Amino acid sequence: MKILVCVKQVPDTETRIKIGSDKKSIDATDINWILNPYDEYAVEEAIQIKEKQGDTIVTVISVGPERSVSALRTAVAMGADEAILVKTDDDAYLDSLAVAKALVSVIKELEFDLILCGKQAVDDDNLQVGPMVAELLELPCVTFIADLKLENGKATAKREIEGGTMVIETSLPAVLTAEKGLNEPRYPALRGIMMAKRKPIDERQLQYIEPKIDVVSVEYPPTRKGGKIVGEGAEAVPELVKLLKEEAKVI
Amino acid sequence: MSKPVFVVTEQRDGLFRKVSFEALSEGRRIADSLGSPVVAIIVGSGVEALAETAGHYGADRALVADSDIFINYSAEGYTKTILKAIQQVDPEIVLIPASSMGKDLAPRLAARLDCGLAADCIALAVDNGRVLAKRTMYANKILADVQFNSTLGIASLRPNIFPAAQPDTSRKATVEPLKVDISQTDLKAVVKELISGAGEKIDISEANVIVAGGRGMKGPDQFKILEKLAAVLKGAVGASRSAVDSGWRQHADQVGQTGKTVAPDIYIACGISGAIQHLAGMSSSKCIVAINKDPDAPIFQRADYGIVGDLFEVVPKLTDELKKVVE
Ligand SMILES: Cc1cc2nc3c(=O)[nH]c(=O)nc-3n(C[C@H](O)[C@H](O)[C@H](O)COP(=O)(O)OP(=O)(O)OC[C@H]3O[C@@H](n4cnc5c(N)ncnc54)[C@H](O)[C@@H]3O)c2cc1C
Ligand SMILES: Nc1ncnc2c1ncn2[C@@H]1O[C@H](COP(=O)(O)O)[C@@H](O)[C@H]1O
Repeated sequence: MKILVCVKQVPDTETRIKIGSDKKSIDATDINWILNPYDEYAVEEAIQIKEKQGDTIVTVISVGPERSVSALRTAVAMGADEAILVKTDDDAYLDSLAVAKALVSVIKELEFDLILCGKQAVDDDNLQVGPMVAELLELPCVTFIADLKLENGKATAKREIEGGTMVIETSLPAVLTAEKGLNEPRYPALRGIMMAKRKPIDERQLQYIEPKIDVVSVEYPPTRKGGKIVGEGAEAVPELVKLLKEEAKVI
Repeated sequence: MSKPVFVVTEQRDGLFRKVSFEALSEGRRIADSLGSPVVAIIVGSGVEALAETAGHYGADRALVADSDIFINYSAEGYTKTILKAIQQVDPEIVLIPASSMGKDLAPRLAARLDCGLAADCIALAVDNGRVLAKRTMYANKILADVQFNSTLGIASLRPNIFPAAQPDTSRKATVEPLKVDISQTDLKAVVKELISGAGEKIDISEANVIVAGGRGMKGPDQFKILEKLAAVLKGAVGASRSAVDSGWRQHADQVGQTGKTVAPDIYIACGISGAIQHLAGMSSSKCIVAINKDPDAPIFQRADYGIVGDLFEVVPKLTDELKKVVE
């Protein structure tokens, strides 16, 4: 089986995000870059399928600047077999549709039975690329999957919705996007990390794709005025209730 | 007159979900600034009656795609149907709730229409006849104003942020049935089963009040005291990732960066430290209350009101006091 996993490099969720001097983007210095957490689930799932079925090749693909190589190497260290980088300029701006088109331009030349993505990249929080790739390739897609079974050339996935879970069956090839809970991503072993360092990465240059969305400006959210400590212990409760009713007017 | 505002509604079991009222109301507001009509689409099985309600919330035209094929949600079936309607109506902008359905549909529509999608927006504005969207990035740490580069734009609206208007029963929408030409063989991915969550439970992404528990709850049984507090306020119970990873609560209840983004009127955090990834999911709540025994817990910096103390003493007392007030 051939599995493609789309991965993105994003700032560590602990990183303090600073707005860049252009007031449109973020300052990329002093950022600890990691493999997008949801993409870890996608990579892990692909590797588990490979371990279970054997005879499987897992290829990770990323669209991004040169630094994205380290996210690809993390995926290889976890167990992915091949890595492709569609390289952009360091300060290139791409919207989700442009990323999806860039991915599709590579994917079209590859053989695959399954494409896995994360549900969301935790930088722009767009939640778009997976289903867009599916639509551009005219493939079925199940988003936000929390469980996956492959059998007889079909995939059965669980998708959480408000107040319940859908069980969805799809033919393959298909695009699936990973939700937290799909699996427990492994930490790469030292041997994997050493191997990943020497792994050649297939690099290609991105052809310009016009974005359909422009970021006009970015700002920090308004700071909440510092919290008021109402008091200590259960004695403070009547005062809290009074404040909720009379000051905040929420009850 | 400008091109219409197109609103994709969402229903379940023949009833509109709250996000539909929010999207219709916002659609009306935007349409009034643009000087254009609101066209709503209703997709489902046995949903004709909803057209009238759509009118009450501001739709001028209600397109109804009613078919047995829509008994269960299907991404492919819904996408095809809505896509055709959008192409016929030729709107200025498409609004869709950023619910799990909307998050699934919106990117497909955008890819097919080759247009921009502003996802999970928290505000919309009209400037010079063009729609501008405000959305969050980096887990609510950054707000971005985005504009569409394409003639058509799609904006998905974060639940619980856009106020739903009071329905005006004197308003009427023209009802237009849509021909549905989708057969089961067109659908490669199909819903085999719908496992519904525990009874009438309100989903945290839609609750007006959330009482959330963290590692400080010590175990699954102790969440009962939060259930009681939530019941008094007709709210839902949420959880931190630690509580979910410990197996005390389901992932569906997790608030935060790898859980749900919530924006209730009241968020009561009990035994939650306030890690950045947790704050990411709840910091746009209207009023935040924190109960924690550690006065230095970061949650107090984000809370409007805090009580330093043992939650096992504070929460039952709060439940009792609130009962007196709400009854
Ligand atoms: C990539 C990534 C994504 C993440 N996503 C999320 C997410 O979506 N949601 C999320 O919540 N976390 C997320 N986390 C985890 C996050 O970093 C924290 O570990 C987690 O939020 C901590 O949960 P907690 O506050 O319940 O536990 P703790 O940090 O252990 O806090 C427990 C608190 O309870 C208090 N307490 C204990 N006993 C009592 C008592 N009797 N009465 C009152 N107070 C008491 C303590 O003082 C303490 O402040 C993520 C982490 C990463 C790396
Ligand atoms: N630049 C990228 N390169 C490769 N995959 C990406 C890229 N951006 C997003 N993806 C994939 O699409 C998913 C959703 O991303 P997004 O739509 O940006 O929230 C991610 O979890 C990745 O699997």
